[in-house]
Amino acid sequence: MSNLSSYTQQIFPFHSRHSRLLPSLLLAIATFAAMIFMTALPAFAGLGEDAGSVQVDQARMQASLRSTQAQAYTVQEIQAPTGIIVREYVSPASGKVFAVAWQGPWPPNMQQILASYFDQFQQAAQAQAGTARAVRRPLMVNLPGLVVQSSGHMRSFAGRAYIPAMLPQGVTAEAIR
Amino acid sequence: MKSATAGSATSDWVMNKKEIRIGNRLLGVVACGALLFAASCGGSGESTSAPSPTPTPTPTGSNVQAITVNVGPADNYANGAFTSVTVCVPGTSTCQTIDGVLVDTGSSGLRLLASALTIPLLQQTSASKPVYECLPFVIGYTWGPVQTADIEMAGEKASSVPIQVISGTAPSTSLCTGGNSDTVTSLGANGIVGVGTFPQDCGDGCTTAGPSDLYYGCPSSASSTGCVAVAESLAEQVQNPVALFATDNNGVIVELPAVTAPEATLSGSLVFGIGTQSNNGLNGATVYPIATDTGNFTTTFDGNVYDQSFIDSGSNALFFPSSIPQCSDLSDDFYCPSSTENLSASTAGYNGTPTGTINFSVANADDLFNDNPTASVFSQLAGPSTIDSFDWGLPFFYGRNVYTAIYGASTPGGTGPYWAY
Repeated sequence: MSNLSSYTQQIFPFHSRHSRLLPSLLLAIATFAAMIFMTALPAFAGLGEDAGSVQVDQARMQASLRSTQAQAYTVQEIQAPTGIIVREYVSPASGKVFAVAWQGPWPPNMQQILASYFDQFQQAAQAQAGTARAVRRPLMVNLPGLVVQSSGHMRSFAGRAYIPAMLPQGVTAEAIR
Repeated sequence: MKSATAGSATSDWVMNKKEIRIGNRLLGVVACGALLFAASCGGSGESTSAPSPTPTPTPTGSNVQAITVNVGPADNYANGAFTSVTVCVPGTSTCQTIDGVLVDTGSSGLRLLASALTIPLLQQTSASKPVYECLPFVIGYTWGPVQTADIEMAGEKASSVPIQVISGTAPSTSLCTGGNSDTVTSLGANGIVGVGTFPQDCGDGCTTAGPSDLYYGCPSSASSTGCVAVAESLAEQVQNPVALFATDNNGVIVELPAVTAPEATLSGSLVFGIGTQSNNGLNGATVYPIATDTGNFTTTFDGNVYDQSFIDSGSNALFFPSSIPQCSDLSDDFYCPSSTENLSASTAGYNGTPTGTINFSVANADDLFNDNPTASVFSQLAGPSTIDSFDWGLPFFYGRNVYTAIYGASTPGGTGPYWAY
């Protein structure tokens, strides 16, 4: 007991002496992490992720955020200054983003919107772009685990992406827009 | 609105192919063809008008640029209208004519593959950094430096025009995250000349710098690493060259003859100006105003209203939502009805007026491609689109003179932007 007590006493002064530095140290670590996050991982957040990632998207797009509650899901609408509107559909059961829709003068950064589904999307999109007969047309990706649809032209783009298996019961793809 | 009968406009050649495959469908084709003399071939009893009249003979003049629908320089295009564009080092006679440039009424600005350019154009800078642009299309994007050139088409000339020279890969943080269209094969062309409804590609949205911008200042021309978004004034942005012509600068007309069967090539004209010469009057075409921010109007099809509809010579086909089966073997990007469907839609100005009816046909895309391996002109090619959009691609232009009036420009049909046909 005495050994432990003295040990504790030795520890405590050390801790208390540095406790005022701790918040600034944590802040520095957090800032550093955020910098890495913003620069090295710009694509993080989006489809299939926790709803908290909506705030990450909002920050990255320097956008305003508005939430509306529907019966089977929550829609978080992010509007970027340049007019791109992204709606993220969140399942209340899982807390995850199961669909994303967008509209605006340009398409959004798909890497950011699709998150871990981006590679799958890009492979499918590039396979389509490589087909001999079509270059300029709507994009329709229909994979078992991922649907992405996008169309439009300069100054007017719209599209949606969703994970079919994650659609809440009673919600159809038509609701995502 | 929708009727589904065997194809009335199908060629004898294609009909023969169908006859071999499915004998009983020939009866439908012949019966329907006979009914054409009664000016009706719809299964629903709705009257359908005869195909649009072929435009008047090829116009001539200093404002007429020849265009050709063909497979393009990559030998891979369907329904692409190509032309040649002459670019010059500004203020000099150092010029180069580049052919195989896609005529696109759905975008604005000239974009040329760096690999097709042999003359040194002037690099635009912002705070002494070279300016680059990310330009997203629905499929693929173009990335590359903004440079200045004099542009000549037909007898028209635009001086010191910012254009995009396509090369390199866009920053992953930009809006350009699809496939990179930086080669003849991936672009399907040596360049794109955007002669659409806007004077610049981006507009007011790019006059302040932000994370969703198109323009970047880059530290070097070698890589997109370290590029940061920069503000570009309207005049600095990539420009619709037509808007900068000295005359005939309020819009264009795309004139292509009607076709009924797949063809290898089709010749037509890109006429500059609307009502500025004896050869570019509206001639009774109906003017459809379009939204000034989005460039869209409205299409009603099969009981659904699509308010993000547009006319786009740069789209390969007619694209719209439908229950028509999508192709499964070639790709699911086109429709493959079991027999050609004759359909009808109505278009309206963005504010609801005027309205008009458009008749069109959708053939089986797999059959079109497989039966016509060397063709590039497919008037009955169509495919799916997203929920709110009807994209009237190049097949819409066959047999119509389609007017595209530029935003803010005065024309005999009113102030742009509008489409007329």
